[in-house]
Amino acid sequence: MTATATSARSDLSELGRSETALRTFLHGLPGVDQVGAEQRAAQLGTRSIKTTAKAEAIDLAIRMVDLTTLEGADTPGKVRALAAKALRPDPSDPSCPHVGAVCVYPAMVPHVAEVLAGSGVHLASVATAFPSGQAPLEIKLADTRAAVAAGADEIDMVINRGAFLAGRFKEVYDEIVATKEACGDAHLKVILETGELATYDNVRRASWLAMLAGGDFIKTSTGKVPVAATLPVTLVMLEAVRDFRAATGRQVGVKPAGGIKTTKDAIKYLVMVNETVGPDWLDPDWFRFGASSLLNDLLMQRTKLTTGVYAGPDYFTLD
Amino acid sequence: MFEYAPAPESRSVVDIKPSYGLFVDGAFVDPTDGGSFKSVNPASEEVLAEIAEAGNEDVDRAVRAARTAYEKVWGPMPGRDRAKYLFRIARIIQERSRELAVLESLDNGKPIKESRDVDLPLVAAHFFYYAGWADKLPYAGFGPDPKPLGVAAQVIPWNFPLLMLAWKIAPALAAGNTVVLKPAETTPLTALLFAEICQQADLPAGVVNIVTGAGDTGRALVEHPGVDKVAFTGSTEVGKAIARAVAGTRKKLTLELGGKAANIVFDDAPIDQAVEGIVNGIFFNQGHVCCAGSRLLVQESVADRVLESLKRRMAQLRVGDPLDKNTDIGAINSAAQLAKIRELSEVGAAEGAERWSPPCELPERGFWFAPTIFTGVTQAHRIAREEIFGPVLSVLTFRTPAEAVEKANNTPYGLSAGIWTDKGSRILWTADRLRAGVVWANTFNKFDPTSPFGGYKESGYGREGGRHGLEGYLNV
Repeated sequence: MTATATSARSDLSELGRSETALRTFLHGLPGVDQVGAEQRAAQLGTRSIKTTAKAEAIDLAIRMVDLTTLEGADTPGKVRALAAKALRPDPSDPSCPHVGAVCVYPAMVPHVAEVLAGSGVHLASVATAFPSGQAPLEIKLADTRAAVAAGADEIDMVINRGAFLAGRFKEVYDEIVATKEACGDAHLKVILETGELATYDNVRRASWLAMLAGGDFIKTSTGKVPVAATLPVTLVMLEAVRDFRAATGRQVGVKPAGGIKTTKDAIKYLVMVNETVGPDWLDPDWFRFGASSLLNDLLMQRTKLTTGVYAGPDYFTLD
Repeated sequence: MFEYAPAPESRSVVDIKPSYGLFVDGAFVDPTDGGSFKSVNPASEEVLAEIAEAGNEDVDRAVRAARTAYEKVWGPMPGRDRAKYLFRIARIIQERSRELAVLESLDNGKPIKESRDVDLPLVAAHFFYYAGWADKLPYAGFGPDPKPLGVAAQVIPWNFPLLMLAWKIAPALAAGNTVVLKPAETTPLTALLFAEICQQADLPAGVVNIVTGAGDTGRALVEHPGVDKVAFTGSTEVGKAIARAVAGTRKKLTLELGGKAANIVFDDAPIDQAVEGIVNGIFFNQGHVCCAGSRLLVQESVADRVLESLKRRMAQLRVGDPLDKNTDIGAINSAAQLAKIRELSEVGAAEGAERWSPPCELPERGFWFAPTIFTGVTQAHRIAREEIFGPVLSVLTFRTPAEAVEKANNTPYGLSAGIWTDKGSRILWTADRLRAGVVWANTFNKFDPTSPFGGYKESGYGREGGRHGLEGYLNV
């Protein structure tokens, strides 16, 4: 096992050197049957998570939230408020865990960094000309370095979908490698923007491409195109990280983002993680939700479980 | 570790009576000689109800009631009026589907998620579908004015009790026949609840009669001279006996018997979905499926990879309480069936195949069998030839498409088959050569009332479902 894994690892690291090798490898991955993948995702969605399992799932989901605001109208005041909420999602209940990270634009990073310093909540910043990625590479790298310098310890980059869809896999690969280098010690999350990749075969290929190039996380979406995270897309990505670890020994995280708004949805994702890749990924270090309104629904359901009654929206803080 | 808390479906939605009579001529009646048997919950061995056992006289009464109803009411009734009753039954089934699903899981042992999400929706769909045909028979392709046959004797198995009832009763009634149906002795309860639904729908008395009992009751029914049509779903052995009993009579016969389906995985298959299909093919309904994909034929070049994925996936299967909404595999239907599965599995191991099951804790009471695969199986093994009818998969390998087809067809059965490949032309090439009534491509165990279902060779003859399913109940 070790011998094969080691040789597989060195074989895979050679792939990025040539366009042909990358293409041959990515097109040699087993296909994804659309109907079957969607059916499996729907099946997992019928699991019934109740009582103690639900309570456990809600707390885990809160710890996995990347509390996000990515608006043109974001201000220092707005992102500080968001960061405060990240630290204490439910001010009335000290047993409520903090979220996984706060995710903002690079310009907002310094303001968030002040609030989060020393708290254990990570500070993520989108970079690389988010959300389109349509800027010269130098600018994207400068964007990344600036965010890291300002205090971000996680970078959410977008892949070059234009190059990917045109079949220039090496260009996409090289950009990820360069961004990873620009990140230094910061974790790199690679946004595939699956809504623009359109097919599950493409999602599987892009996932492998991002992992081969050194991404620490693969993430579904920017939240800025009509189709964001879905269960079947996340299933295909989870299968990819599972197979990648089996082939290389390196574990990569997964982050569905955009459109996950309810506790019920979040639990479906956790069930999928549990039954596809197993408990190794059931940890904020390996699975995150990119979301904003999800948090209040999780808090509302958490309160309902402990008190037995639903509290109105005014009992949960606006961020 | 994320442990799912128990999520049991409530059994209070269903009211099981301590005892049930026979449903004859629109009413529940006691059997003439007063015999009875018990129906048990296979997950707990708890007795659910005392069931009347129909003797020869009772069967005769039921057939006569069906004859009278056929001649006086149902036969002469215009198709559009028969359709109204069938639509009404379909709607009541939908309304009472939770009750029926819970009862089915209690009596049969199948997981509630299957009775709720597969059996019941299909049951309702069958009645809706054939209700639509009742006034359109002249357009079914069997001549301008096809006539019903008369009284249909129908004997159904225990694996899909209510669904098999629907497959039998819906087309028979749509075509203008009346029926006497015998449910399996281990799973009579949903058929008896269906009898109540017939009352609720004001179905004229005698159109549907339900006689409960074991093999002797079934024999009395199919051999009854007043019967015009015999429809049977069950084992090939009993099917052959019925064919012999019916030979030389005017009775029309359709048989849906056993199977040993090949699920063929080519090297370019979408592996994750193929693994789902393999699991669904053999572990759906504890493998108590006549069209189960019980022989996995996997191309040798991907065999290791597929088996590794399959084992990992099997470790996720949740075996246990059928009423828990998260259960994937429920109880084996009876002690007798469990003994048969055990026996054949021991033969498999003794013949040198390698046996594997994921670690799984089985409940102490009730009838349980862990999901099992045998690797290193060849065509010469008994577990590659005989129908096990349980959660046991035999894995064989092949080298070329021609070899896959040859092995798939090398069985006395021919009910179903599966093909997994990303190449469309290979699907068509393979499907053309498989001698099986149903061939699924990149999926398995998909059912639809509009699609005909039935077998080649020892898997039986005649088709159920679709336009084709009407033929068995029309004088054509």
